[in-house]
Amino acid sequence: MNAATETTASDVRARERVKKKPLLSIEQVSKEFDGTYAVDSVNLQIYSGEIFALLGASGSGKSTLLRILAGFELPTAGRIRLDGQDLTGMPPYKRPINMMFQSYALFPHMTVEQNLAFGLRQDRLPRAEIKDRVGRMLDMVQMKKFARRKPHQLSGGQRQRVALARSLAKQPKMLLLDEPMGALDKKLRTRMQLEVVDILESVGVTCVMVTHDQEEAMTMADRLAIMDEGRIEQVGTPVDVYESPTNRMVAEFIGSVNIIPAEIQADEEDHMILRSPELPVPIYIGHGVSSGIDQRDMLFALRPEKTILCTEQPEGDYNWAAGTVNDIAYLGGHSVYHVKLDSGRVVQTVLANRERRSPRPTWEDRVWVCWESDAGVVLRD
Amino acid sequence: MRRIDLSRIPGARWGVISSPYLWMLLFFLLPFIIVARISVAEAQLSIPPFSALFQWAADRLTIEISFASYQWLVADDTYFRAYWQSIQIAFFSTLLCILIGYPVAYTIARAPAHTQPTLLLLILLPSWTSFLIRVYAWMGLLSNRGLINQALVGMGITDGPIQMLNTNFAVYVGVVYAYLPFMILPLYANLVKHDNTLLEAASDLGARKIISFFRITLPLSKNGLIAGSMLVFIPVVGEYVIPELLGGRRTLMIGKVLWQEFFNNRDWPLAAALALVMILILLIPIMIFMRVQQKELEGRR
Repeated sequence: MNAATETTASDVRARERVKKKPLLSIEQVSKEFDGTYAVDSVNLQIYSGEIFALLGASGSGKSTLLRILAGFELPTAGRIRLDGQDLTGMPPYKRPINMMFQSYALFPHMTVEQNLAFGLRQDRLPRAEIKDRVGRMLDMVQMKKFARRKPHQLSGGQRQRVALARSLAKQPKMLLLDEPMGALDKKLRTRMQLEVVDILESVGVTCVMVTHDQEEAMTMADRLAIMDEGRIEQVGTPVDVYESPTNRMVAEFIGSVNIIPAEIQADEEDHMILRSPELPVPIYIGHGVSSGIDQRDMLFALRPEKTILCTEQPEGDYNWAAGTVNDIAYLGGHSVYHVKLDSGRVVQTVLANRERRSPRPTWEDRVWVCWESDAGVVLRD
Repeated sequence: MRRIDLSRIPGARWGVISSPYLWMLLFFLLPFIIVARISVAEAQLSIPPFSALFQWAADRLTIEISFASYQWLVADDTYFRAYWQSIQIAFFSTLLCILIGYPVAYTIARAPAHTQPTLLLLILLPSWTSFLIRVYAWMGLLSNRGLINQALVGMGITDGPIQMLNTNFAVYVGVVYAYLPFMILPLYANLVKHDNTLLEAASDLGARKIISFFRITLPLSKNGLIAGSMLVFIPVVGEYVIPELLGGRRTLMIGKVLWQEFFNNRDWPLAAALALVMILILLIPIMIFMRVQQKELEGRR
């Protein structure tokens, strides 16, 4: 599959880290609120120096897990260890962990400088050292000019930089980011994502972030975990999770996907064949899944951008579907076609707009959707 | 429903803008001028009991302005002591109101949202009965044969009753009791707006609860504290009923002195001068109060 052949920079970085020992380990952590589990037996290892994202819809428990790490919530069960030290019952003010809040939580009555110095003053550092460190932090986020300003005199992006600098000022062993871009508008968001990653990497701090925005998680994180109903569904690099989702929830949560029920006809070492009543020809996959599966009813997951839209019937015996164009979303760079198969199921396919105003299929046109033998993934139902 | 468009009615705009000014003119500026005018007259045994400002005699218009009352204010140190004691009592009552009111306001602001209205109602409930009745009730509680002394003697804690009524202690009790809601309400209004994540951030950065309180909560409640203090301090300086009913001979507050000058001595010019000086003294705290309110309004925008 793609994950095995394609490697990106973040993939390489993440792989290097696997060799390192875990900095933070979350062991069987659960949090119960009035009989429902916000976090349900979560096990997770965070490696030193990586940026790790907890990704999930609202109510998936990702924020609760982050608050447990910060110490604002105590887990109902389980242990949290940081660098060998048990943090589970430790109050937030004693933890060597700092957090950047979604609302930034800058102290409105203090200047930028005083905000940065707040944590250092709690450690009773000498005045000269506080001044020195605050100065370095201001340099790092390029806010030296604004040292004497109050938070309400800053723009959204500037506030975020101050919040980041404040959470890094104490040189925490681990940094927590709660929806780091949540308070910014879209344009600024993309710029700040890269800026924040640059700063985090230059500092080399281990970082756990929470976000509901998959693009943000994939841009910023080395590895991510998909959470749903308090449980972790899959952990891996962005490429792993996108290209090789392990279940339907993950496949559907990250990006868009066509899911077609299919039955295994043959499962050999070098290929497998599935048959779906909704498709005119069988599905051929260029590798086997596993020999040990008794279950025959599976789901075939196919990303729209890995399909090709044809106006003539393909000649092959495998991997195509026929239907009519139901809907077209023209997005400039590409168009998303919603094709209604003869079975009634609507699948999505992407057509890149390589030429200006070239003739392309339109509504009610008869079209064919085809794909390569390594384009899709087989999931258990 | 038809909505009335005010901008179509001629003069409506001016009417809306000028009505508060008209109110101030009629009920503040005009009385103030009258009081100022009386203060520069001389006391007389007549109706009204002060000399006229303009006199027409022998084809001459004479304007008589007398500063006798003001000279008298300076000459007799009773008045200075009365002002001083009024400010002292107002100051310490304000302090006591802060010490009692802050924890109360803080507790209400931190209570679950659905119980907050009930708790606020409990603070306001006593003020639904007459102020005078409540002060009289304190007389019943504090007097030598009152409930408190009876209980103290009955339990054998003291041999005889402790003199509480008609002392400055009773004045403090009455003032703090009566003005506490004026401290609690603005403080609550301020504290309830506080963002809890600021305290979490402080805790995250290594501050214990007590430090978070003094470095985050307290400074951020400054405006509520000032507003509450002014709402207590300003009226207490001129308070009359409480020192009259609960205070003793040694309680010398400007409200009481003013009443005596006005009704016992029938010296209207002196009473007017006393009132005028009191307003001038209160001008500074009033200006601070207005400034804070202005800031609060600007901050909300």
